[in-house]
Amino acid sequence: MSTAPVRRWLASPAFRALLALAFVVAIGCAFNADGAFFRWSTHRDMLRQVSVYGILGCGMTLVIISGGIDLSVGSVVGLCAVVFARQTLHEGEPALAALAMVAAAGTAIGLVSGALVARFRVQAFVATLAMMVFARGLAKWISGGQKISQAIQHPDGTFSYVDLPPVFQRVDHRILGGNLSVVTLIFLGCVAVSWLVLEKLRYGRYLYATGGNEEAARLSGVPVARAKLLAYGLSGLFAAVAGVCQAAQEQQGDPEAGSTYELTAIAIAVIGGNTLSGGRGGIGLTLLGALTIGYLEKVLSINAVGESSRLMLTGAIIVAAVLLQRRKAG
Amino acid sequence: MPERLLALRDIGKRFGAVRVLDGVSLDLGAGEVHILAGENGAGKTTLIKILAGIHTDYEGAIELGGRPVRFATPHEANRAGISVIHQELSLIGPMSVLDNIHLGRERTRPGGLWLDRRGQAERALALCRQINLELSAEDLARPVEQFPLSVKNLVEIAKALAFDARILVMDEPTSALSRAEVDRLFALVGALRRRGCGIIYITHKMEEIYRVADRITVLRDGRRIGTAAAADCPEPKLIQWMIGREGSLQATAGPEAPGPGPAVLELRGFSVPHPLPGRPPAVSDFSVSVRAGEIVGIAGLQGSGAAELFQGLFGARGAVCTGSVRIAGRPFRPESPARSVAVGLCHLTADRKGSGLVSAMSVAHNVTLASLPRASPWGVLRPGLERRSAAAQAEALSIRLASLDQDVGTLSGGNQQKVVLAKWLETRPRILLLEEPTRGVDIGAKSEIYGLMRRWTAGGMAILLISTELPELLLLCDRILALHRGRVTAEFARAEATPEGILAAAMGSAERPGEACA
Repeated sequence: MSTAPVRRWLASPAFRALLALAFVVAIGCAFNADGAFFRWSTHRDMLRQVSVYGILGCGMTLVIISGGIDLSVGSVVGLCAVVFARQTLHEGEPALAALAMVAAAGTAIGLVSGALVARFRVQAFVATLAMMVFARGLAKWISGGQKISQAIQHPDGTFSYVDLPPVFQRVDHRILGGNLSVVTLIFLGCVAVSWLVLEKLRYGRYLYATGGNEEAARLSGVPVARAKLLAYGLSGLFAAVAGVCQAAQEQQGDPEAGSTYELTAIAIAVIGGNTLSGGRGGIGLTLLGALTIGYLEKVLSINAVGESSRLMLTGAIIVAAVLLQRRKAG
Repeated sequence: MPERLLALRDIGKRFGAVRVLDGVSLDLGAGEVHILAGENGAGKTTLIKILAGIHTDYEGAIELGGRPVRFATPHEANRAGISVIHQELSLIGPMSVLDNIHLGRERTRPGGLWLDRRGQAERALALCRQINLELSAEDLARPVEQFPLSVKNLVEIAKALAFDARILVMDEPTSALSRAEVDRLFALVGALRRRGCGIIYITHKMEEIYRVADRITVLRDGRRIGTAAAADCPEPKLIQWMIGREGSLQATAGPEAPGPGPAVLELRGFSVPHPLPGRPPAVSDFSVSVRAGEIVGIAGLQGSGAAELFQGLFGARGAVCTGSVRIAGRPFRPESPARSVAVGLCHLTADRKGSGLVSAMSVAHNVTLASLPRASPWGVLRPGLERRSAAAQAEALSIRLASLDQDVGTLSGGNQQKVVLAKWLETRPRILLLEEPTRGVDIGAKSEIYGLMRRWTAGGMAILLISTELPELLLLCDRILALHRGRVTAEFARAEATPEGILAAAMGSAERPGEACA
C-alpha cells in the first residue's frame, strides 16, 4: 500500500519532466566547459534568455489545456515590442500608459483568436495562424518596416537621438546583487498567475474540462466559449508582456521580433509533458519544460556547438522528451 | 435447401470476465434474408463483428461455402465476399461517391501503379444501375457527404457489391430513413435476394421483420434461443423468445415513495425537430405530466426519438423545440444545459464516455463539475469544500474507489456511471432524465442504481427513464409510455404493463388496436 503513491509519482508526467531536466543538467555537468557550467552567472544568463519563451509558454499552456493552440504569440511579441518602443521612444509617453496600451493590444489579439475559435468554430490552428500573419503585418505597418530605436529619422534625412527611458533599464536589469534578472522575475510572475488561474479559480477547472471532453463539459453547464476566450485572452496578454521584455532587452522595437517564438513556446509546453490533445497538464510542467530547453541551449552554447548542430540536436531532444512522456492509452 | 453460403458454428466470445456470446450457431443460404433479432445487449452486434473480422479472438468456427475461414482483419472478410453495412455508415464524407465505392479495392491500370479512373467510373455506374440508384457520371464525382442519407445507404451497398459480396449484413439500415426510402431499400433487398446473395438483417421493427424475413434467429443474453421460418414464428412467439422468462433483477431494498406529489414536469404538445434537415420531427406532439416521487418510463427502440426527446428537453441542441414545458408550475423554455441545470433539470446521457465523463479529470473534479458555481464562491475554488461534497456523494452512492484523486477513467463501468449520477445529484435536481442508466454496468451495480433511484424518488425527485431493457422499466416505473417513430403509441399503468404489450407497441406493431403509427 505504501508503495502505491511512490509508484504513481514515478509514473506521473511531473516526474518524467524532471527526469528530462536532470538528463540535460547531467550533460551540462559532464561537458562543463572548464567549469563554466558551475558558475552562477551561467545559470542566471540561461534564466534570462529563456524568460521570454517561458512567458509565452505560460499562455500556450492555458490554451493547450483548453484543447487549442495559439500560433499568434510570436507575432504579438513583435507587434507589442514595436508599439511599446514607439509610444515610449518616439511619442514620449509615460511608461505606464504605454504598458497599458500594449497590454490592451495583446489581449485584444488573443480575444479575437478566442472569439474565432469559440464562437465561430474556426479550428484553433487556422484561426491563430491567421492572427499570426495579421499581427505581423500590423507590426510592420505601425513601424513602417523599420526598427524603432533611439535614433529618429526626420523627413530631411537627418537623425536625432532620444534618451532611453528608464523603464527599459528597469525591465532589463539585475537585482539581488546582480544575481537575478528582472525578466526572470516577470516570467515567474506569469507562472504564478497561470498557476492561480489553473489551480485556484473556477475558470481553470473549466479549461481542463473543456480540453478533456468539450461535449461533456457543455452538457454539464460549463461556459465552454467563455473559458476558451479566457485562455486565448490571457495568452495574448502574456505575449504582450513578453513583447515588452523583448523590446527592453533589445532597446528597440523590431517588427521582426518574436518570429518562430510560438514554436519554442509550444516545445516548452510539450517537453514539460502537457498533452497537445488538451485536458491534461499544468503550469509546473511548463516551468520544467522551460528550464529543460534553457539548459539545453546553454549547454550547447558554452561548449561552442555550431548553430546547425545545435538546431538538429534540439530537434532530436524534443522528440526524445516527447516519446519519454507518452502515457499508455486509457 | 438452397446452396449454403455461410455457417457459424458454436461461436463464443468473452470480454474479460463477461461472456457475451455462448455457443451461437447460424447458417445462411443463397437468396435468403435471415433476420437476427434480440433485445439490446443480446449479442447481435458482437456476432456480426466476429463475422466481419473486427473481433478476431473468439471460440467456434466460421465456414464459408463449406470451407473453414478465420478472418484476421475486416479487409480479409471483405475480400472473402462479406460486407457489413453498419448503422454508422463507413463512408468517407469528403471523398467522391466513386472513390468511396472503390475504397480498399481500387482498380489500377496494368502495372498496378496508376488508378484506372475510367474503368472505375464505368464499373461504378454499372453497380448503381444494378441497385436502381440513378446517379450520373457528374454525381459520382461529388463528395458523398452532399447526398441524403438514403443515397449514402445505397452507396454503401454499391460498395459492398464492388467487393463482389455474396453475404451482406445490414445492421438496422432503416433507422434514419423515411417511409419512401425504406420501400426503396426493400426493393433492393428483394433484387439482391434474387441474385443469390444471402442477407443477415438486424432490426427492431416488427413490420420490417415480416416484410423481408425468410427465417428468424433470436438471441438473448448471448445465446441462441431459436431459429424458425418466418411463417412459423408469429409475433407473439417472437416476442416470447426475445423476452424469455422474467429476469431475476431486483432493486435493493429502498424506501417506497410516500405516494406521488404535485406535478413537477409537464409537457404539452412537445416536439423536437430531427437533427438532420428535411426529415420528419424526431418527436412530435409529446405530452406527459410527471409528479414528484414518480418514475415514468419511456420504452423506445433505436430510432424511436426517445434520446432526441431528452436532448431537446435538456436544451442540449439549443432552443429548437416547440410546445409547452412547465417545471414546478412555471413555464420553462429549454435553451441551454446551463439553464436547465439551474432550474433543477438534469440529463444523464447514454454515452457515458462521449458526453458524461471527462476521463482525464479526477473523480472529485468530475463530481463537482456541474455544480462549481456553488463550490467556488467568487470564482475561487475551495478544495476542502469540493472534496467534502465529492466524498459525501461517493459515500451516498457507494462508489468504490482508491482515492478521490484517481482518474475517473480507471474506474469500472458501474462506478463511472455512479460518478456521472453523483455529478448531477450535486446540482440538487428536481427532475432527472435518465437515459440507459445501467448500460455497460454489471449486475451488482445495476441493482444498486435501482435502489438509488427509489431513494431519490422517495425524497421527492421525479424521474423520466429511457431504457431499452424491458425488465428495468417494469421493475422501476409507475407508468410506461411506448414511443415509436417519435409518437407515443401506448401508455401503460404499472399494473397493466406486460413485456409483450410494451415491446409490441414500441415496435409499432399493427396488432394493437386503436393506435396510429405514422
